[in-house]
Amino acid sequence: MSVALDLDLALFEGLCRLGDSTLVLGHRVSEWCGHAPVLEEDIALANVALDLIGQTQMWLGLAGEAEGKGRDADALAFRRDVWDFRNLLLVERPNGDFGQTLMRQFLFDAWHQPMLKALEASSDPRIAAIAAKAGREVAYHLERSADLVIRLGDGTAESHARMQSALDRLWPYTGEMMMSDDTDRALAEAGIMPAPDSIRPQWDALVAEVLSEATLKAPDQRFMHKGGKQGTHSEHLGHMLATMQWLQRAYPDATW
Amino acid sequence: MVELAQVWDWLAEVPDPEIPVISVTDLGIVRDVAYDGDTLVVTVTPTYSGCPATSVINFEIEKALRAQGVEKLRLERRLDPPWSTDWLAPEAREKLRAYGIAPPIDGTGAQGVVAGRINRLTGAALTVPCPRCGSEQTQKVSQFGSTPCKAAYQCRDCLEPFDYFKCI
Repeated sequence: MSVALDLDLALFEGLCRLGDSTLVLGHRVSEWCGHAPVLEEDIALANVALDLIGQTQMWLGLAGEAEGKGRDADALAFRRDVWDFRNLLLVERPNGDFGQTLMRQFLFDAWHQPMLKALEASSDPRIAAIAAKAGREVAYHLERSADLVIRLGDGTAESHARMQSALDRLWPYTGEMMMSDDTDRALAEAGIMPAPDSIRPQWDALVAEVLSEATLKAPDQRFMHKGGKQGTHSEHLGHMLATMQWLQRAYPDATW
Repeated sequence: MVELAQVWDWLAEVPDPEIPVISVTDLGIVRDVAYDGDTLVVTVTPTYSGCPATSVINFEIEKALRAQGVEKLRLERRLDPPWSTDWLAPEAREKLRAYGIAPPIDGTGAQGVVAGRINRLTGAALTVPCPRCGSEQTQKVSQFGSTPCKAAYQCRDCLEPFDYFKCI
């Protein structure tokens, strides 16, 4: 009995980790709307954000179903406070310059795509269906972010320096994607989600290949930040949520 | 109760809100039409998960069927299998081209970055003919165009900027 109960909770947590990561990154990327360096990039960023928010609706919708307390995707997105969010720390990093935004996207996409591929084999058919749908979209995200990291890394002296600086800043936030805790282990044992470290070989290989092509060097440091998946966030997330949740908090259940 | 074939004919008249020259059945997003007792159930699959047209499409389908006198109606969403541009009706491809949108070239979806990079390194990039002049001298401007389902291209010969309905 207690085992079954734990697995239900793990499922809710695992789905929030996926949905909160796509939500927070989607919101971050949408902050560029109207501000990107060129029109085509503005549109591309908005489209990527839109895909991520769409995927959030599916993940958090299913999380609400799994929880069984009547919360839908909107309730989870707009009425939880910062400590209830389970997103990766990487995605809550502020946008910085265009290079930092793209580097963050690439480091995430390089995890997101193999993660979704592995989720297609989930023992839960609802998760497999969402992963199959999202995976097709994310393949395009990865193609774009990798392409731009290479072009800007292996670009001018200025673009190279900005991309290297972005990589140095963001690198300590990448380890969390492949770290396991009890929730991950319970989900992996039940065949519901892959063990996070099983994504590591693909992430390592792809990131090494793209960075080498981009003439960029991953920092030597091994220290990695953690805690986002358990609800311990940097101060940046609270500020972002204050903007994102303002309307639903000021006017609960507002519709138009 | 109305014949299902009749319902399909009605749905074939419901235009896609973003690309009104093709219908929701041309697009391949109506996955099933069936009766559950005396309620007509229309099953629709979304194109892209964040596509803002999805709710408009459902609204247009409901409006069209209600206008034909269908009273008991339910719309359901099906994710599996995920929508693919392979499901575009053959006539829809010609309609897209005539409308100025290059139709998808089958089997060229993003297979992940590795395939894309190999294409780039070997110069075997995707050739998308210009829907205006037919020239194959075209270039990709951006992976993402005016909607998530399209990429932005430009013809080097006639200089026309155009959308390419990319494979997914």
